[in-house]
Amino acid sequence: MGENLYNKVWNDHAVGTLADGRTQLFIGTHLIHEVTSPQAFGMLRDLGIGVKFPQRTFATVDHIVPTDNQQRPFSDPLADAMISELRKNVEEFGITYFDLASGMQGIVHIVGPEQGITQPGTTIVCGDSHTATHGAFGAIAFGIGTTQVRDVLATQTIAMEKLKVRRINVEGELRPGVYSKDVALHIIRLLGANGGIGYAYEYGGRVFDNFTMEERMTVCNMSIEGGARCGYVNPDQTTLNYLEGRPHTPKDAAWDDAVKRWKSYASDADADYDDVVNIDAADIEPTVTWGISPDHGIAISETIPDPENANSEAERASIVEALDYMKLPAGDPIMGTPVDVAFIGSCTNGRISDFREVAQHIKGRQVADGVTALAVPGSQITDAICKKEGIDKIFSEAGFEWRAAGCSMCLAMNPDKLQGDQLCASSSNRNFKGRQGSPTGRTVLMSPLMVAAAAITGEITDAREVFSVN
Amino acid sequence: MSIPAITKVSGTAVYVPGADVDTDRIIPARFLKCVTFDDLAEGLFYDVRYDGDGKLVGHPLDDPRFSGASIMLAGPNFGCGSSREHAPQSIYRFGFRSIIAVSFAEIFFGNSTGIGMPCVCAPMEEIEKIAQAVENDPSTQVSINLEDMTVSYGDQVVPVSMPDSAREALLSARWDPIGELLGNARAIEDRAAALPYI
Ligand code: SF4
Repeated sequence: MGENLYNKVWNDHAVGTLADGRTQLFIGTHLIHEVTSPQAFGMLRDLGIGVKFPQRTFATVDHIVPTDNQQRPFSDPLADAMISELRKNVEEFGITYFDLASGMQGIVHIVGPEQGITQPGTTIVCGDSHTATHGAFGAIAFGIGTTQVRDVLATQTIAMEKLKVRRINVEGELRPGVYSKDVALHIIRLLGANGGIGYAYEYGGRVFDNFTMEERMTVCNMSIEGGARCGYVNPDQTTLNYLEGRPHTPKDAAWDDAVKRWKSYASDADADYDDVVNIDAADIEPTVTWGISPDHGIAISETIPDPENANSEAERASIVEALDYMKLPAGDPIMGTPVDVAFIGSCTNGRISDFREVAQHIKGRQVADGVTALAVPGSQITDAICKKEGIDKIFSEAGFEWRAAGCSMCLAMNPDKLQGDQLCASSSNRNFKGRQGSPTGRTVLMSPLMVAAAAITGEITDAREVFSVN
Repeated sequence: MSIPAITKVSGTAVYVPGADVDTDRIIPARFLKCVTFDDLAEGLFYDVRYDGDGKLVGHPLDDPRFSGASIMLAGPNFGCGSSREHAPQSIYRFGFRSIIAVSFAEIFFGNSTGIGMPCVCAPMEEIEKIAQAVENDPSTQVSINLEDMTVSYGDQVVPVSMPDSAREALLSARWDPIGELLGNARAIEDRAAALPYI
């Protein structure tokens, strides 16, 4: 039996076994941001120790940055204190920092790949659950808590228990107008929000073979929404093409060596898995959520679930709670639900390919009256490319507000927030109660093009019809 | 560095019902704007405890019958969502020392163990029974015993579960692994030297 990538990378990074049976795992790359790192630096100071491998930690600022006016001090003094604290910490410990003035700042999960810091065959952690995004490159990448951020800073290792590996094959061809976001929502719908607990997900099959790196990142990003701590795709030529020539990737002879090593980490053809799930791409439709958990997903053509049809009392109660919060009528089509806000951005869908795809279709169209539409590039580099290609103008002319890079309306830590019970068509990854900043705000997750269609028609609708995609 | 072994947690309990209680619900993101964990208790379950005008709506945590509870009872997939340690920190700083739930999201579970707050699993029907006992008599003492992996309350004893490594770490006073991790400096350097990209 061959080995899968997870086991190969794990074995190469295992330092030893701890007394409680966990593995002490060496961390190749550590990414930090302003929200989950300050307390960890505080703990280091309390212990009187330093950062062991400062060259293996990279910092940026994303959650708290305003996306309209970035003049310091920020209007929110707490946010300003957090960014000052990060600056102090990276300076004291000698950590590379992609700050607002660098032209390279952005959401940590977009910056890592863009800079070529995210590489195959390594272990990557960050105090952020969407670290799974980096698994798209064939790395074991997962989110950690702040005490573990301290452990990585202090020792470049963490105590970790090995996961099981579930292979998810998506075979066949996606239909036109069906995107990687739909694949992610479909998988979560099938396996459940807690279906992945205890597992790493290995994504494969023809659909993933054909995906670009950005599409792979969108699916890996949402592994955590399915309960899986990490998700990855085996490295291949697509991975290498993306990485070659980026600022932090090896050059010349070192590149050739790295390529050889990276390829060797891909799962063997006869690799063993703890579980295998097969999905037919033809079954996947543009998917939207109707409730308050990412596994509350339905195809755009379907109706909102009716608690009367639930299979168990627990399911019935969960549907009732979700519909009550979402203020949606059981049994009605989801299509036609009015939207107040449209948000394109986040570490799930704030990449250059997302804005290019939408720009193609919204040229000459107008956001509906009464809808607030935000387009927020995931990084300053994405923003710069969009500006060079005139994409920002296409969005602005259509009635979107084009903003500066950051997490923006994905979560409530900066001024971009829903008001009251506004309903937001969102390209982000979480539809939890209150996620987008108002305790009663409502989030409907979908692909960027579906968000654009909602913005233009003022209601949840099928982007394939609005934009004649076929 | 010496940390205590955790073998048993006892106290009164409160039930916070619901499936998939996520980290945004446990502590809304606006409370994460901080550089220390010190003041997190006030944000715990804020948006379900207070209405839009900042008035208490009658959440179990605010029910005087359960004040001082140190054990939280919860449903399946508790703590799903983000990796923010702010979530277990806010629960701990509110006064809780252990959680009994049907299941836990993995990162939340690890973060909780790492701050010395054991999380144990029991089937839904058992949790409902404990919740009922606590509802009938809020002074009911609930004890989680990690040595024999049981929860006892009144005259009832029910088995609970927890992954071996976490249990071992708590029982042997190794739940904060930093001392052991630091102690292996040589092995860390050897591992780094063997990785061509470091
Ligand atoms: S975009 Fe959203 S999910 Fe991604 S890192 Fe920022 S807040 Fe987290």
